[in-house]
Amino acid sequence: MSLTRSAARPTAGSAARRSHSGLLQAWLPKLVLAPSAAISLFFVYGFMLWTFILSLTNSRMLPSYEFVGFAQYARLMANDRWWVASTNLVVFGGLFVAICLALGLVLAILLDQRIRQEGALRTIYLYPMALSFIVTGVVWKWLLNPGLGIQAMVRSWGFENFRFDWLVDPDMAVYTLVIAAVWQASGFVMALFLAGLRGIDDSILKAAQLDGASLPRIYWRVVIPCLRPVVFSAVMILSHIAIKSFDLVVALTGGGPGYASDLPATFMYAHAFTRAQIGLGSASAMLMLGGVLAILIPYLYSELRSRRHG
Amino acid sequence: MDNVIRRRTLGARLGRATLYAVLLLAALFYLLPLAVMLVTSVKPLAEITPGTLLSLPREPTLVPWAKAWGEACTGMRCEGIGVYFFNSIAIVVPAVLISTAIGALNGYALTKWRFKGSELLFALMLFGCFIPFQVVLLPMAQTLGWLGLSSSRAGLILVHVIFGIAFTTLFFRNFYVAVPTELVSAAKLDGAGFFRIFWRILLPVSAPIIVVSVIWQFTQIWNDFLFGVAFSAHNTQPVTVALNNLVNTSTGAREYNVDMAAAMIAALPTLIVYVLAGKYFVRGLTAGSVKG
Repeated sequence: MSLTRSAARPTAGSAARRSHSGLLQAWLPKLVLAPSAAISLFFVYGFMLWTFILSLTNSRMLPSYEFVGFAQYARLMANDRWWVASTNLVVFGGLFVAICLALGLVLAILLDQRIRQEGALRTIYLYPMALSFIVTGVVWKWLLNPGLGIQAMVRSWGFENFRFDWLVDPDMAVYTLVIAAVWQASGFVMALFLAGLRGIDDSILKAAQLDGASLPRIYWRVVIPCLRPVVFSAVMILSHIAIKSFDLVVALTGGGPGYASDLPATFMYAHAFTRAQIGLGSASAMLMLGGVLAILIPYLYSELRSRRHG
Repeated sequence: MDNVIRRRTLGARLGRATLYAVLLLAALFYLLPLAVMLVTSVKPLAEITPGTLLSLPREPTLVPWAKAWGEACTGMRCEGIGVYFFNSIAIVVPAVLISTAIGALNGYALTKWRFKGSELLFALMLFGCFIPFQVVLLPMAQTLGWLGLSSSRAGLILVHVIFGIAFTTLFFRNFYVAVPTELVSAAKLDGAGFFRIFWRILLPVSAPIIVVSVIWQFTQIWNDFLFGVAFSAHNTQPVTVALNNLVNTSTGAREYNVDMAAAMIAALPTLIVYVLAGKYFVRGLTAGSVKG
């Protein structure tokens, strides 16, 4: 690759020197990229800065530019609802990531045993990922609705005392989000792991088998360590989904009962758009960004390091 | 592996049976919500009573579908979600086409016309894939206002294009990196220009990545709720927002069959795309994680 690249450069350079149209050609790639670069600069980096500035003001209904320092962050830290939302994110995110990884890995390993109809099963496991979180929320709200859903069904089978009313239980509502989100995303993790399994060199497995290792042992000691990069990307993607989770909460629990199942994303929207607390909403958005960066930066760091070494 | 599997002892057979049982059970877990949604959507309201979650309809009916499409209430208005379905189409089609076209050109320029700083530029643009969109909502609302695009379909198209090109650029960039540079260098020597090389050499081999990009953008934008709810008015809402309003409209008795029919309608386009082109859908999903 490096050989062809260094060979291409002088030719492009000499072609540019040849004529004026050549000069234009040399600038064309930059011209084509310029709008996207400008968009990224303004709408991503500029807006991040803008939101940060708003978070330093006392904006309420409309943005104002009266600066109050970090007072909004202090208010946020003293806000009970924000702590509920943040704690919920830790609980929801942690369980969501852990269960998706476990379920995805188990399904991928089971599917990798020369299963008949593997394609069909894969398709079934993965289809929820194509749905909108709103649809997922609406469906699970129906299934988890105590009066007509799963609870009522099990009771009609004769288990009169069966209880499954997490949706209306303030202590349990956040776990309904976990159920629905796992249903939606675990098939995707399965697909990631399956691709990883298929990428492992067969000769390693053969060697382990010749050594007389048992199948579970081979998986535990040889295969799963090989999947570490997949685990890493899966954790990255899943935590990203967790932090951004908004639609699912809106559709499934509405953040309720009360604000018992609020997440930072719904907190931000409620304060910035419906409760006329733009300053506070901006501060919460900045903390969400901080959360994403806390996951992203170690990931990119290790990614770059492994590339340099590999 | 082969000899292990061929030795079919009783234990091995039992293991095999358990394996299939577990896999089928998992399939049931994934399929059940869809099945319940579908079955409920064709039941008359009278058949929806406690304990009938899984029962098949005795008198299947399409009335809930018709009602969801044409007359169910979404907030103040009662005209079904059909209108909003077309809103979604009107937003999705241009947004997908524009963002894919820009992504293709960006990916081409970034890989075949490298210049000093092009890698840095790519890294800077890539960051747009990762930000939580909450961090751009308020400035975007104000900017759309200045542009006179508040609550309009054009505004939503713009928003989806802006935050979609990071992904489409990533797809095309990673795809074009693997296209041999020799061909492009030779064409440059022959005096072929930027667009000519793109048109003649890159585009003809781009079919798979175009499909990936179109499917990814289609699913993302069709399923979007955050931008839809933040930047639309009642007459420009996408279908996801209308569905949420329909389900949460509190006037009159809850018609669960209509809710489910509406959810089916909102889900069908992306489901159909997934069934028809699942392979490309998966490739789009993994493109972000398994970098080329």
